[in-house]
Amino acid sequence: MGMAKGQIVAGCLAPHPPHLVYAENPPQNEPVAEGGWEQLRWGYERLRASLADIDYDAIVLLSPHWQTYVGTHFLGLEHFEGLSVDPIFPNLFRYHYNMNVDVELAKAIHDEAEAAGLPVKMMENPDFRVDYGTITTGHLFNPEWDKPLVVISSNRSTAYYSVEVMQEIMIELGKVTRKAIEASGKRVVVLASNSLSHRHFTTESEVPEDMSKEHITSHAMHLWDMRIIDYMRSGQAQRILDEMPEFTEQAIAESDGGGLSWLLSTLDVPDYPAILHGYGTIIGTGNAVVEWPCHAHEVSEA
Amino acid sequence: MSSGEVVASFVVPVHPHTVLAPDQNPGWQRLRDAFDEAAQTIRDLEADLLIVYSTTWPSIIGHQIQSDPNPEWVMVDHDFHDLGSIPYSFNIDAEFAHAWDEANRKRGLQSRCVNYKGFPIDVGSVVALTLLNPDNSIPAVIVSSNMYANRSETTVLAKSCLDVIKAQGRRAVAITAMSLSNRMFTDFISPQDDKIHSLKDDEWNRKILEFFKQGRLEDVGQLSRTIHQQIRVQKVVAFKPMWWLSAMNGNRNDLTGRVMAYEAIHGAGGAVVHLDPASSGVGDKEYDEDDVEYYHGERDVLDIVEEDQVQSQTNDEVTEETSNGPDLWEPTEAKGSVNTTTAPKPVGAYPHARRVGDMLFLSGVGPRQPGTNAIPGGPIHDKNGEPLPYDIKAQTRAVVENVKRIVEEAGATMEQVVDVTTFLVDMKRDFQGYNEVWAETLGKVGPTRTTLAIDALPTPIAVEMKVIVHMPA
Repeated sequence: MGMAKGQIVAGCLAPHPPHLVYAENPPQNEPVAEGGWEQLRWGYERLRASLADIDYDAIVLLSPHWQTYVGTHFLGLEHFEGLSVDPIFPNLFRYHYNMNVDVELAKAIHDEAEAAGLPVKMMENPDFRVDYGTITTGHLFNPEWDKPLVVISSNRSTAYYSVEVMQEIMIELGKVTRKAIEASGKRVVVLASNSLSHRHFTTESEVPEDMSKEHITSHAMHLWDMRIIDYMRSGQAQRILDEMPEFTEQAIAESDGGGLSWLLSTLDVPDYPAILHGYGTIIGTGNAVVEWPCHAHEVSEA
Repeated sequence: MSSGEVVASFVVPVHPHTVLAPDQNPGWQRLRDAFDEAAQTIRDLEADLLIVYSTTWPSIIGHQIQSDPNPEWVMVDHDFHDLGSIPYSFNIDAEFAHAWDEANRKRGLQSRCVNYKGFPIDVGSVVALTLLNPDNSIPAVIVSSNMYANRSETTVLAKSCLDVIKAQGRRAVAITAMSLSNRMFTDFISPQDDKIHSLKDDEWNRKILEFFKQGRLEDVGQLSRTIHQQIRVQKVVAFKPMWWLSAMNGNRNDLTGRVMAYEAIHGAGGAVVHLDPASSGVGDKEYDEDDVEYYHGERDVLDIVEEDQVQSQTNDEVTEETSNGPDLWEPTEAKGSVNTTTAPKPVGAYPHARRVGDMLFLSGVGPRQPGTNAIPGGPIHDKNGEPLPYDIKAQTRAVVENVKRIVEEAGATMEQVVDVTTFLVDMKRDFQGYNEVWAETLGKVGPTRTTLAIDALPTPIAVEMKVIVHMPA
């Protein structure tokens, strides 16, 4: 009997603002907060609860804060640990991380991508410091860190060329990711670690978690966020891809990192509704925790 | 001490090849040789401070300044991790960092120091300090590149840095860690195949370098936006380091420039350039944008509601806020200037007063209140220019109080006021009330007085006084 076909059990939009980890006060993080951003943190709680009974082997995550201009890179060593300090919000995020990598699955995706003609590289330098986007989403999605990860860098083709070119690359990367997962026989959750609208405030309140100061930066950003979320909730992933250039430009969206396009492609552009677990703003940016419950819509072939 | 100066400036490339793999490509080696020569030049100049503006350290909340006296870690590049690791242990001048941070805020900038163990020093700063200061003998400071900062904010960042250099009497070297064209090859290449990504990028790079050779740093700054559009990946950090470096050199076009090396690093344009502040003697030809001393851009986004609340709490029968006047400035500092936080902020670049010998000359003083900017007696018109009722007596009393605060800050007394020129925007309506208050206050001291009717004052006030004081030692 051959190996069971691998399966994506869920796909999630899982943003990485360090403020959420800061506000939660986990033992791994050094700064101490009085709370804050509860709507999003409870959204992550609902996401975790939603997947609590779903068994899976690994998490595949694309982080916009591992930014590569030369190809797409994959963490290629089995274990990483160290201190992650956010270079932009070091006052909020100084996190002691300890994580395992599913190198076998990473290499499988790498090889499929290479066969498809994408420039790819395994990252095998043991001194490499894992980016804070990966750490933040990794913690919020799975605080126990008991599942191995595959971490994929964000190729900056939007900055280099255009959203359209980025999306071509990410759709291809999504397809090979899915193909490699299915070939692996593993059950996997895929995560795109990015915000939606991404225009920050340039000031910070004296108490960073002062929620009386938190709001979206502009009405236009709110409208875009709600439009995209509405597409997610109504099973219109293709429309998100279609409008990605306008959304990314006009909402200065963090989809420029390719994560959302890659996620939707990896999920085979789902036409079933996603579950919105939470939405909130973080220093003015729009963030949604969203789950596509693939396990309920895709039949695993034994 | 006030003899500080920028003794040299350098433009240096950011990628790690010059540290980790100069032997793999002759061009990378030439860049490395130029780095080494630049390091010797810095030693020969007896510089006592290196200031790095790094394009590979983006920030969002204003500018960040490294203030850990000894940051240590191992840096691995996100793209070029296979070249190896760069351990670092730098000597940071924390005192300068904090002084710069304070100077930034005085000039209206959002700014903060960062001092956290394990903070990831960016690749551009690591390369620059590793090669330009290999024995860590010269203290350094590193500043981020704010992704939202415009030209005025970046220019003011330099001016506040110069404030501290002068105040501390430092011999500083200004360094921008940056690529010229920053388009790299998007695929992996063999070191021997490295070249500038495109002919267009190469031509623009050579144009920029020609300007550097001629010492036309301000012109490069003025071309910054065009350069960014032409040869830069449109990522968050634009070609803004030239704004900073130009301002660090007084926005001049007659520096003495030398291009020490220009080579490709994975397709990007890497150059080591030395800019000597000595005049090249060619004349300071230029085409200026407005210079700017203080930053008045988008700030306090979070505090709009709170400020409104504070204003409404401070209002009373005779005090109304004014938000319909010009921006407020920090009073300027010059020899003999007298400034005080107990007087309202100026509406331009001038001090509250200036002493020359035993004479003290006050800038025009109005009734606005320090801190709240409220106008006792109320503003004379609203934001739309519609007239409002106001109390000239309350305004005049407030003017006299403000004059008194400045005079006393200078160490003088109101009895030493010798001459006053008063400006009224409505002589017919206000002279009587103003005159009554005068009689109760300055009239008892006895200065000479001239009262003029004028069309308007910069803020919605009705009265302003220009005062001269004789204060023999």
